[in-house]
Amino acid sequence: MSEKKYETPLLDELEKGPWPSFIREIKQEAERPMVRDLLGVLERSYEEHIGHWKHGGLVGVMGYGGGVIGRYSDLPEEFPDVSEFHTFRVNQPAGWFYTSGALRDLCDIWDKHGSGLTNMHGSTGDIVFLGGKTTSIEPVFADLTEKGWDLGGSGSDMRTPSCCAGPARCEWANYDTLNACHEITQAYQDELHRPAFPYKFKLKFAGCPNDCVASVARADMSIIGTWKDEIQIDQEQVRAYAARGMDIEREIVELCPCDCISWDGQAMEIADGECVKCMHCINHMPKALRPGKERGAAILIGAKAPIVGGALLSSVFVPFLEMTPPYSDLRELIEAIWDFWGEHGKNRERVGEFIQRVGLGKFLEQIGLDPVPEMIAHPRSNPYIFFDDEIVAGAEA
Amino acid sequence: MSEIAVAQVAEAMYDLVKSTHGKKNLKPMDLTKAMIEQFGEGCDKQICKQAIRELIDSGRCIYSYVGGSYITLPPTATA
Ligand code: SF4
Ligand code: SF4
Repeated sequence: MSEKKYETPLLDELEKGPWPSFIREIKQEAERPMVRDLLGVLERSYEEHIGHWKHGGLVGVMGYGGGVIGRYSDLPEEFPDVSEFHTFRVNQPAGWFYTSGALRDLCDIWDKHGSGLTNMHGSTGDIVFLGGKTTSIEPVFADLTEKGWDLGGSGSDMRTPSCCAGPARCEWANYDTLNACHEITQAYQDELHRPAFPYKFKLKFAGCPNDCVASVARADMSIIGTWKDEIQIDQEQVRAYAARGMDIEREIVELCPCDCISWDGQAMEIADGECVKCMHCINHMPKALRPGKERGAAILIGAKAPIVGGALLSSVFVPFLEMTPPYSDLRELIEAIWDFWGEHGKNRERVGEFIQRVGLGKFLEQIGLDPVPEMIAHPRSNPYIFFDDEIVAGAEA
Repeated sequence: MSEIAVAQVAEAMYDLVKSTHGKKNLKPMDLTKAMIEQFGEGCDKQICKQAIRELIDSGRCIYSYVGGSYITLPPTATA
């Protein structure tokens, strides 16, 4: 075991200031040789402006193709205790709700087998254990499963689905995000643990268009709560906001992107047919306005971070879907997409890039959806949808 | 044509993984397409999924990650 303690002048800079510091946190565990070597190799990376990790390879638990990300140092002689520094992704509970006992179990398992360092949570949503040796992989998995935990996704599989706190804490949830996330995770255990896709596929569940899980920027499929009918207005509360000094004209009416709110000093009216559910008015007047009563979710497809090609935001695919268990419509859609993209997607091609390549019209035809106006991101943009001859003939007749 | 047995497909997949080892990385869909071509209409995606499960669960093949997920032989089988 390495006894050497490294000087880390560059990392020490990152402890300065009032904000949280990952270096300060790592140093708390620095009595462990693995953590000392981690600080050493990190200081080296800051000096040389290059990373010293290689990732990938053959690490995993028996039967699974995801959940453990192999990570190796390219300086194993100098930093032997981080020669293997694998990452474990553990499937988080829906909405990230824990009991203190559950957190203790997780920490005890990781103290026993790994570096003791965690990342709560990774950007996909998983609980992340940082830094384990190859020999620790099966023992970690055995201890996790004994306590009722399981690994999450990695590689070319369905990544661990995640959701916002939804109805557990938030009055704006238009469906039960926690239940939907849990049910979909359970339904697709094979797709989560046994990578069979061209590349990763992320599902994120947000209860309303505020999208607290940032699904439009990150998920291949975003399931965003919405409503079909009218925004519920409590006129008395609207007047109370005005009486407390809110300039409703300036702060609400003028900032509605659809110009569909009016206020005459006594009553507020909303032309709901024009509303795009941006949540601005509801966010600003939570006591006076609420989403409608006919609730469900809009399904958006195709977001991704800029790793291979550029970044993509997701676009509307299904404007409204009822979201009640067992979520049969949602599952049918997910499976149709996986089937087509799974067979024809290129290696490392996300579903959004795939749609760009094959064209939206062809994609819709293959998964059995009809084009609708909500799929058009900008007025007069060409959605590349060509109507069948018989439809055109019918229209001309 | 009657349905092909999962074990038969698994065996053919294993042979393909073995013959391409070190030369070409195969994804599950590559194996699936190759099997459907080899066995014809008696073989489908579902049978191939089960065959892959059999290969992985028995330890004859493992998943590897090289920029994407592939099916390969375990290190002991190639040593
Ligand atoms: S996305 Fe909407 S429902 Fe979910 S927590 Fe945020 S505001 Fe609440
Ligand atoms: S939700 Fe947005 S678009 Fe709809 S009425 Fe309110 S501010 Fe306007």
